[in-house]
Amino acid sequence: MNLTPVLTDTWDKDRSWRLATYERNGGYAGLKKALTMEPAALVQAVKDSGLRGRGGAGFPTGMKWGFLPPPDGGPRYLVVNADESEPGTCKDIPLMLASPQHLIEGVAITSFAIGCDHAFIYVRGEVLHVYRRLLNAVEEAYKAGYLGKNIQGSGFDLDVTVHAGAGAYICGEETALLDSLEGLRGQPRLKPPFPAVAGLYARPTVVNNVESIASVPAIVARGADWFASMGTEKSQGHGLFSLSGHVTRPGQFEAPLGITLRELLELSGGIRAGHELKFWTPGGSSTPIFTQDHLDTPLDYESVGAAGSMLGTRALQIFDETVCVVRAVSRWTDFYAHESCGKCTPCREGTYWLKQVLHRIEAGEGQDGDLELLVDLCDNILGKAFCALGDGAVSPITSSIEHFRDEYQAHIDGHGCPFDPSASALFPYTPKTRTPGALTGAGAGGH
Amino acid sequence: MTVTTNNPTAEAAPVELVTFTIDGTEVSVPKGTLIIRAAEQAGIQIPRFCDHPLLAPAGACRQCLVEVAMPDREGNVRPMPKPQASCTMTVAPGMVVKTQHTSAVADKAQQGVMELLLMNHPLDCPVCDKGGECPLQNQAMSNGRPETRFVDVKRTFPKPIALSTQILLDRERCVLCQRCTRFSEEIAGDAFIALQDRGAHQQIGRFDEDVLGFAGAESSTGPVDRPVGEATTDTSGRPFSSYYSGNTVQICPVGALTGAGYRFRSRPFDLVSSESIAEHDSCGSAIRIDHRRGQVLRRLSGEDPVVNEEWITDKDRFAFTWQTAPDRITTPLVREDGELRPASWVEALEIAAAGLAAARDNGGVGVLPGGRLTVEDAFAWSRFARTALGTNDVDQRVRVHSAEEAAFLGRVVAGSGVGVTFGDLEHAPAVLLVGLEAEEEAGVTFLRLRKGARGKAGTKVFSIAPYATRGLARLDGTLLPAAPGTEAEWLTSLTTSLGGGLLPADAPTSDIDTSALAQPGAVILVGERLAGSPGAYTAALGLAEATGARLAWVPRRAGERGGVEAGLLPGLLPGGRPVADATARAEVAQAWGAELPATPGRDTAGILGALASGALGGAIVGGVELADLPDPAAARAALDAVRARGGFVVSVEVRASEVTERADVVLPVAPPVERAGSYWNWEGRVRSFAAALESSALPDHRVLHVLAQQLGVDLQAASPAEAHLAIALTQGAWEGDAVTIESDVLAAPPAVGPGQAVLATWRLLLDAASGQEGEQFLAGTAKQAVARMSAATAAGFGVADGGVVTVSTARGSVRVPAAVTDGMVDGVVWLPLASAGSRVHDTLGATAGDLVTVTPEGDAR
Repeated sequence: MNLTPVLTDTWDKDRSWRLATYERNGGYAGLKKALTMEPAALVQAVKDSGLRGRGGAGFPTGMKWGFLPPPDGGPRYLVVNADESEPGTCKDIPLMLASPQHLIEGVAITSFAIGCDHAFIYVRGEVLHVYRRLLNAVEEAYKAGYLGKNIQGSGFDLDVTVHAGAGAYICGEETALLDSLEGLRGQPRLKPPFPAVAGLYARPTVVNNVESIASVPAIVARGADWFASMGTEKSQGHGLFSLSGHVTRPGQFEAPLGITLRELLELSGGIRAGHELKFWTPGGSSTPIFTQDHLDTPLDYESVGAAGSMLGTRALQIFDETVCVVRAVSRWTDFYAHESCGKCTPCREGTYWLKQVLHRIEAGEGQDGDLELLVDLCDNILGKAFCALGDGAVSPITSSIEHFRDEYQAHIDGHGCPFDPSASALFPYTPKTRTPGALTGAGAGGH
Repeated sequence: MTVTTNNPTAEAAPVELVTFTIDGTEVSVPKGTLIIRAAEQAGIQIPRFCDHPLLAPAGACRQCLVEVAMPDREGNVRPMPKPQASCTMTVAPGMVVKTQHTSAVADKAQQGVMELLLMNHPLDCPVCDKGGECPLQNQAMSNGRPETRFVDVKRTFPKPIALSTQILLDRERCVLCQRCTRFSEEIAGDAFIALQDRGAHQQIGRFDEDVLGFAGAESSTGPVDRPVGEATTDTSGRPFSSYYSGNTVQICPVGALTGAGYRFRSRPFDLVSSESIAEHDSCGSAIRIDHRRGQVLRRLSGEDPVVNEEWITDKDRFAFTWQTAPDRITTPLVREDGELRPASWVEALEIAAAGLAAARDNGGVGVLPGGRLTVEDAFAWSRFARTALGTNDVDQRVRVHSAEEAAFLGRVVAGSGVGVTFGDLEHAPAVLLVGLEAEEEAGVTFLRLRKGARGKAGTKVFSIAPYATRGLARLDGTLLPAAPGTEAEWLTSLTTSLGGGLLPADAPTSDIDTSALAQPGAVILVGERLAGSPGAYTAALGLAEATGARLAWVPRRAGERGGVEAGLLPGLLPGGRPVADATARAEVAQAWGAELPATPGRDTAGILGALASGALGGAIVGGVELADLPDPAAARAALDAVRARGGFVVSVEVRASEVTERADVVLPVAPPVERAGSYWNWEGRVRSFAAALESSALPDHRVLHVLAQQLGVDLQAASPAEAHLAIALTQGAWEGDAVTIESDVLAAPPAVGPGQAVLATWRLLLDAASGQEGEQFLAGTAKQAVARMSAATAAGFGVADGGVVTVSTARGSVRVPAAVTDGMVDGVVWLPLASAGSRVHDTLGATAGDLVTVTPEGDAR
């Protein structure tokens, strides 16, 4: 299968992030066309294209727009979720860095389609360079008349606010994002009401991922049929596949949905020389891990789901045979324990406990019964937490125990890790040894 | 008691029912009911922590997970893939719910959550206040694993944070249910604690500048109130100051929030609980008194949906030690050779009766029963005055009072039964407060107003007052600015403008939209302070008649509404019968079997004046703090004059007071906790309570009954039951003419000279009153006394915000920090009426509307 560069098409151009470069390569044709269309026709075009949410859940984008109640004269908002924070996921940030106008044109078209005159881009705060680039890109778009009052003489007004988050993974959850945007603590809201009914400032709101919105201009410019011609029957279009880890040429690969890891490895030069694939994530650390058995699983929503994982954000983290699965999963669990917002019991307390058990096992202090405990704890968190963070936290644990139970048991039986951590590093590396008893309570000095 | 029936406030609107199945039983509940509530109605208990019926659903603890199946479009019932939080999901037609009783999935989910909650919870139940009444402990037994699997390191925190002198927070016990933070945001509106940090580090924390930025004190949430004691900072960056913080201790499902006074004092299973009614204000809040071996250890809010719901003020909760203060009088006292000595009841009653009889025949006896009586006592006092002493010189008002007020009470309040209710406040389109600061003077009334303002009704609150208090800001209320004494002007111009009339040019500026006050269901709440504002009561009545708004009188003291019904006013007999009306007198005379005096009596000021001049020969005084009177010095002099002249003073009191020092005979009576009785709350609702503690102390009505016997009169008040029967005889509706009301003449506003201001003043909920004595932790949460004035007024005096000022009259001076207050009426200075460092009546001999002189510290004038 071949690559289908759309969003990535201009990344290799000189100063690809400038508006002029974008325009020279056909940019803003979509917006100009959209402004001549009926908003309802735009929504229908996106529905017809089969575009599904590129943020991980895969909800049909056009349908989401259609959930907005009829206009009542009050404001309606578009909020772009650019809080990309999942371990392994690295598509929106390079996209916004290399070609931010894709997103801004998408924001303008989407806002016109849903009747919004103030859109927000909530960008992860740690990526300051991306934040700056977005601010500059928005300014360029204002100056060129793609944003602001009476856009391109159409009578349509749109303001775009770029907002930097303050460093919380949970703010990628759409309702926590809205609370954070409103200046509150970023914690998920009770649903219903859903954002489409009462979102930002309790007004009808569409929350979409960066890549979803950035895909809209091409759909409008080239037509829904063009988009739907790519991909599989139910997973249509192109998507960014982010290969990281033990591959020869890691990076972004824009391809039709349904491509396989085997094909992607061919495009990226394969596993690093002299090594072989051990396990990988299809869509970031929250998706259950895959192994060599899944090299030919088509990377579309349905096939990955049927194989027991989720397409997620198409963040393919590749681990070769030098990697200790316990160590990798333990690090991911540290992340979830750190990022749990604390609102609900299962996620807050469960990740705190899981983290300690995994640390014990990795340090050779595991006990018989710990694996059963881990599996049962995961079961007590999965589906019981307030939002999906808890589910994501247990996915790597349950899937890795399923695939590599013997490796876990070896840590317990052998009272330690059988792997050499420096063997998996790409650079000289002496691992830090964890001092026993270093686990401290929250009162002992924060994180 | 048959005096009046308590009208149910719920409207009988048809309720749409939803039928669903829970644990195999088909149940119908009103549409919109949460699964967890519907389960309760079906007798099924689902464990929970964050859920609270009076707070918005949070879904945070996940303890109440159940299995839910819903019918799809074809009607096939399909199970939802995940267990659902029953505290956040409403029932739907055809829904099938399986709780832990019938679903292994729900049972395992609940046990899993319980294990996680207990994992980091300390095992300090044996020393925890909550142990024995702890939802976590109880539900761990009913829905938890017998043993923990957690062998790792528990999260710990340093031991408690003192949020105020009264409330302590042990963070390691907290299960982060957010009940306390939701209470402080949703109910009280004085957020003082908030969630901080995240993950397992998340904690309920005091305000911390390192964690959160804060809006600063000049934000729109009203003026700053600083507590007397140490306190942490609230979420707006002000020192935490709340009158309702004790409720968070009660609703905490673990022992994370504790009250300083009760902490480590008792085990719940050693306590005996008695239901009662709070005595500190006229709301009649239901409370629970917990006592052990005859000693009260704590008080909690009772549950009464129509009155206080499940909330009480910190004063009602914590201020109970006054009833066992060291100055409690335990035996009758008689004066001999100038000194009081203990005496037997027989001796004391004989001397008292003889002395009162002599005084009665030597000019008469003034009767000052005080405003804190139960209904039973009030009727006994009223009947005692009229039949045993043959006088209408009786007045319960120990505060600023007026003839206009007495007439207003007789005409509008007495015999009106249950009028405006708490529920009406919640559903009113608009409420006008005049002469009433609800948070300070009628605690839980404020909470109901706030519920209305935040609820479906969106109640618009207006307050005629000299400045917008923090309480008004939390009601999202609108200030109708008025200097004290000018309330009638606002009321009159509202009457004109809402009636469509044109306002004169000099009327108070009304660019404020007050039209909601003319909508059906609007309410006017008037406070007792209007007695100090000539014409205001009449103008309020006029406004009510013009707009159709309903009018209710909200006094401060628990006994005043009952006293009005009993006729503890010089011109009023029970049931609103005017003394001046012969038919009314005849009706009461028939009930009481005695002739009644026909001459209308003197009011409190008149009685004190007559005692001073010698026109009256003696007095019988109930629970009266002389310092509460508008002119305490004159009152002391009046009682001193009686004794100097050889007259006679009887004091009927719980604790020694300034009257005791001046009494010839002292008859001790029981505090509320040691007796049965009833209060008539401001709604007109009868609030009965039984004795919580066994006691040999006698209630007022029994003491008066035996005293009357000595005087040859039967009061029919030997027991509560007999007293009730006697009261019922006087409660037939009065069908004659009501008391007529004449507006007092609006005095011209006093001319304010240089260095002068008009005094505004009212009592704060927590102040220097004797009812709060002995409770040091509570005292620390009282507000510091300050002198409030507008920026322009302060500039005129050369006073800076926070600088010490002296407010003085010819009588004396009060020295307090100035607090420059936005939007306050110019030329007015406000002082707390009776707080530590600011005893306005006593020190200044002045009251609201009087002129005072304001000088900055160091000013040589």
